[in-house]
Amino acid sequence: MSIFINEDTKLIVQGITGKEGSFHAKSCQEYGTKLVGGVTPKKGGETILGVNVFNSVKEAVIEVQPNTSMIFVPARFAASAIIEAADAGIELIVCITEGIPVYDMMNAKKAVELNGVRLIGPNCPGLLSPEKSKVGIMPSAIHKKGNVGVVSRSGTLTYEAVYQLTQLGIGQSTCIGIGGDPIIGTSFIDVLKEFQQDEQTQAICMIGEIGGTSEEEAADFIKQCVTKPVVSFIAGLSAPEGKRMGHAGAIISGGKGSASSKMKTLTNAGVIVCKNPADLGSTIKQYI
Amino acid sequence: MKIHEYQAKALFKEYGINVPPSILCEENAKIECSIEKIGCPCVIKAQVHSGARGKAGGVKLAKDYDSAVKISNEILGMELKSSQAGVKKVNKILIEQAVDIDRELYLSLTFDRANECIAFILSLEGGMDIEEVAKIAPEKIHTDFIKKEFNPYKLVQKLRLSENISLKISEIAQKLYKLLLEKDATLIEINPLVVTKMEEVIAIDAKINFDDNALFKHEDILSLKDEKEENPYELQAQKDGLNYIKMDGTIGCMVNGAGLAMATMDVIRLAGKDAANFLDVGGGASSEKIEKAFKLLISDKNLQAVFINIFGGILRCDFLAEGVKNAIKTLNVQCPVIVRMEGTNKKQGAEILNNSGLKFTVVNDLNKAIEVIRKI
Repeated sequence: MSIFINEDTKLIVQGITGKEGSFHAKSCQEYGTKLVGGVTPKKGGETILGVNVFNSVKEAVIEVQPNTSMIFVPARFAASAIIEAADAGIELIVCITEGIPVYDMMNAKKAVELNGVRLIGPNCPGLLSPEKSKVGIMPSAIHKKGNVGVVSRSGTLTYEAVYQLTQLGIGQSTCIGIGGDPIIGTSFIDVLKEFQQDEQTQAICMIGEIGGTSEEEAADFIKQCVTKPVVSFIAGLSAPEGKRMGHAGAIISGGKGSASSKMKTLTNAGVIVCKNPADLGSTIKQYI
Repeated sequence: MKIHEYQAKALFKEYGINVPPSILCEENAKIECSIEKIGCPCVIKAQVHSGARGKAGGVKLAKDYDSAVKISNEILGMELKSSQAGVKKVNKILIEQAVDIDRELYLSLTFDRANECIAFILSLEGGMDIEEVAKIAPEKIHTDFIKKEFNPYKLVQKLRLSENISLKISEIAQKLYKLLLEKDATLIEINPLVVTKMEEVIAIDAKINFDDNALFKHEDILSLKDEKEENPYELQAQKDGLNYIKMDGTIGCMVNGAGLAMATMDVIRLAGKDAANFLDVGGGASSEKIEKAFKLLISDKNLQAVFINIFGGILRCDFLAEGVKNAIKTLNVQCPVIVRMEGTNKKQGAEILNNSGLKFTVVNDLNKAIEVIRKI
C-alpha cells in the first residue's frame, strides 16, 4: 500500500504548458504516473506530452476523468486554481506553487474543506510512492521502494533524508512534502494518521522546521495514536528570532515556534529526535 | 514588509480613523516651524522600524517650545538601540500634538496561524508590552477569532466601557478590518489606542505589517518601503532574486532550498562555528545567479570560509560548479571553499571543479563537512 497516490492515480497538471509545468509533468509521466491531461486557460485543444490541454478543470474532468491535479500556475492565480480544482470534483490537489498571499490561501482552504477534498501544499515538492506514482518535483532517482514513510515541511531537506535512506539500502513507502507556508492543506497529523494505518509503512521519518505549532500538535497525536517508531529532525536550531527563513511559515515570532521547544515536545512524546541531519538515515536503520 | 508609524497613520486617515495632527521632519531646518505649527505640548517620535522605541529613548514628550526643539535635535540623527532591532540611525522624526489621555487601550488585528483566520485582540492594558501582559495576566487580553462575519462589538463590550466609547472602538475595528483585507496586511496594531476625557478615541501609535507575497497587488504599499531600514546585503540579495539573511557568524553558506539551508546552518553550529548568513539560491538557479550569490557571500568581511551544500534536483550540479568556478576566478577568492554536491549531474559538476585548477575541499556527506569546518 501507499498513501494518497497509487498505480491508479489519474493526473492532470494545471499550468502544463508553462516551462516548469511541462518539465515536471514529463518527469511524472516518465516515472509511470498516468498523466491524462493538462489545463491552461485559452490553450484548450493543444496537445502536449501526448495528452490534451483543456481550458478548465471542469472540461478535463468531463473528458478524461482525472482524480488528481498538480498545480504549477503562478502565485497570483494559484489560489483560484485550487478553488477551481476543488469545485470541479478533483479528489487530490497537489499545489507546488510558492508565494501565494496568505489571505488568498485562507479562502482557498475554505473551498477545499467545503468540498471535502484533500489538498497537499502549497509551496511543497509533492509526493512520491516508489515504483507506483509520482506527483511532484523531487528527483526520482534517489527513491527506493520500502517501508519508511517520509513526511516533511521542506523540499531539499526531504531529498537529503530520502537519499541517506536509499544509500543505506532502506526503501520508502511514500514520501510527502506538506509545504512551508503558514496555511497548508495537509498537516503532519493527517499524514501520520495515514502512515499509522498503512501496512507497508513500518517506521516514519518526520522532518519539521521552526515556526508555527504543527510539530507540537503532531507530538500530541503521536503520543496518543502512533505505535510505529518516529524519527525526527527539526531544522532551524541556529535561526534567529523574527526573521523569515525562506519559507513564509518558517519564522520564530513572539518566542513561539523555536526548534528547541519543538525538539523537546517531540522527545517527550517518544519520538527519536536527531540533532544532526546527517544522522537521519542511520538512526532510522536501527528501527527497521 | 514593515512601514513607518507616519506612513501607517496616513493609511489610518485614509480609512477614517482618528490620529493626532503631526508633521514629519527629515532635516533640522524644518524642526522649528513644525513645532510652531503643531503647538506644545507635543511628542517627538523617532521613525524607525523597531518596537520599544520609547524604552530606547526614541519617543519623548516636550512641554514647551524650547524643550521640543532640544529633544527634536537630540532624537534626529541619534543611534537608537533596541532589543528588538539592534542599532538603527534615526533619519526621520514625527512631531505630533500631545493628546489628553484618560485611558490607554491595546487593539490589534492579526493573521493567526494556529486558527488559520484573523484574530481581533483587545486589552485595557494599553501602552505596555503586550507580550509581557500575555505572560503575567493573560485574563486581561480578550481575543476573538474571526471565522465568518466580523462583529467587533461583542468583544469590545468585554472591556466594560461606556456605550458611546464602545461604539467608537467597534467602528475603528471595522475600518481596520477593511484596511487589513484590502491591503493584505498581516498585522495592524494600535498600542496605545487612547480614550480622551472628551470620550474621543484616537490612535496615537500605529503599526502595520504587510504580506510580502501579496505586494504585487499593491503598488501604493510597495512604494512605502524604506530601503534605509533594510540590511544592505539583504537589499542587494532581493535585487538579485536571492533569498538571503545576514547573520553574525563566520562561515558563509550557499544552499538550495530553505529547509536544507536552515539544516546547513545547524550543521555549521554542530561543528562549533556559526553561519554568516542564510542563503537559499532556489530551485532553478542558473550559473549567473550562483555567481551573484557567491559575490554577495564573500563581500562579508568576517568570513573565514564558504560552505556550499547543494542537493541537485531541479538545480543541476554542473551549473552550480560553473558559477562557483567563475566567481572564484573573477573575484580572486582567498578563503577556503568547501563543496558538497549531490544529485543531478553530480559527476559533471565534480569534473568542472577538479579541472578548474582552483582549490576546493570536496566532501561527500554532511558528517565529513562537519569535520572539515571544525578544523578551520
